Amino acid sequence: MFQNIGEIALLFWRTLCALPFAWRQRQKVYDQFFEIGNASLLMVCVLSFFIGAVIALQTGPVLVERSLSSAVGGIVGISIAKELAPVMMAILIAGRIGSAMAAEIGSMRVYQEIDALRTMNIDPIHYLVLPRMLAIAIALPLLVVFAILVGWFGGAVIAEANSRIGVPFQAFFSGLRDIVEVKDVANGLFKSFCFALIIGSVSCHQGLATLGGPRGIGRSVTKAVVNSIVLIVIFDYILTRFLLK
Amino acid sequence: MTPPLDTTSSGVGLQVRGLRKSFGGQAVLQGVDLEVRPGEIFVIMGPSGSGKSVLLKHLIGLESPDAGEILINGEPVHAAALAAKYRMALVFQSGALLNSLTVGENVGLYLTEHRLKSPEAIRQIVAEKLEAVGLAEAADKMPGELSGGMKKRAALARALVIEPQLILYDEPTSELDPLSSIVIAEEILELKHRIRVTSLIVSHDRDLAFGVADRIAFIHEGRILIVGTPDEVKRFQNPLVQRFLHADFRRAP
Repeated sequence: MFQNIGEIALLFWRTLCALPFAWRQRQKVYDQFFEIGNASLLMVCVLSFFIGAVIALQTGPVLVERSLSSAVGGIVGISIAKELAPVMMAILIAGRIGSAMAAEIGSMRVYQEIDALRTMNIDPIHYLVLPRMLAIAIALPLLVVFAILVGWFGGAVIAEANSRIGVPFQAFFSGLRDIVEVKDVANGLFKSFCFALIIGSVSCHQGLATLGGPRGIGRSVTKAVVNSIVLIVIFDYILTRFLLK
Repeated sequence: MTPPLDTTSSGVGLQVRGLRKSFGGQAVLQGVDLEVRPGEIFVIMGPSGSGKSVLLKHLIGLESPDAGEILINGEPVHAAALAAKYRMALVFQSGALLNSLTVGENVGLYLTEHRLKSPEAIRQIVAEKLEAVGLAEAADKMPGELSGGMKKRAALARALVIEPQLILYDEPTSELDPLSSIVIAEEILELKHRIRVTSLIVSHDRDLAFGVADRIAFIHEGRILIVGTPDEVKRFQNPLVQRFLHADFRRAP
């Protein structure tokens, strides 16, 4: 993976240089955006509801035993906003959308469609990479907003319903408001924006680097997902460290 | 994405000097020299694996040579700048249509992406070109719904839209029935007369080669064995060339 970091960075830079052409590609950006949102929204809601529920279940009884029931909402709220929603949604999107990007571009490479674009003097970065990168960079933070809200709701439902916790809905959100600041949510959204760029760059690079036939496409898809997840986790640490200051 | 600078419609001259290319230590092109004159139909023949398609990819800038150079109208052109400087088209053996677009969108892609015409004008041009290759009804179909031969004709229509100065064909008649092959051969000749395009064809098809070519080159193991008119090639006394030209399957009695 690390031998490709330079190539991925170069692709990212070339995509940034293509940004002035973004308006021309707006229809493709919209199509990709719809594809990402439509394919993932329900899954994001289900996943984040249960993440919120599990965090409430894990932390709630321990805090209530120590008479810290007012902190349940805050703990669940901050862990979802700053860490779990951005990272889990990024991993979900890497699996769902990153794999699709690598497969689609990889198949276009294998079946000479990208060569055909080049012979028509159509830059594959403008035509294929830029719309995907923009769409995922907008869509992932929006999905994370949903994930945070649904995650908080899931935590609140379990905090009230579970007999070992028993924190009322209103008390949960009151505790949440005391601890979670707008800055914490913004941190999570900034992280998810960075993760989106990682998924887009890695997946598009892997697609463009596909060699061979169907086996090559399969290999590219696997590499795109695995490499995206590894880089998400590494950058999660780096960004968290940076944002703590 | 900018359209090519040169907008004249006549064909370009092409020179290849000492072109060499190896893949993983295996020499595919071993010093290819040839000259294609403006407006002529030049056919490259040779057995499978002789380096024809790799040569074609160099000519359109999809590969960079290890050594040697390609000159267009006498000027050396870097591989990456070829498509930006001249209007060139390659009709791929597989068609290489974009599977996510309809046939009509594929054919009009060059004009749409370079914003050369209004959407209405593009629709009209696409309809004309599709009609020229006998696919008038296929504009709204997806490439997956077409047969191999229809894909190839759609790819030719896509190339025609560019109004190229140099058009390259990779096995244009493979997978086609004899009648469709004639349509393609007629279209190649028609283009030469209408826009004086330079055509370079890589093909095994002896009927096509001797039917349309002004000159023919025979390539074997990455080297050009002969360049000449169809008659000169027919008379060339080289066992490999003669075997290739006269090979015929005969069922044992």
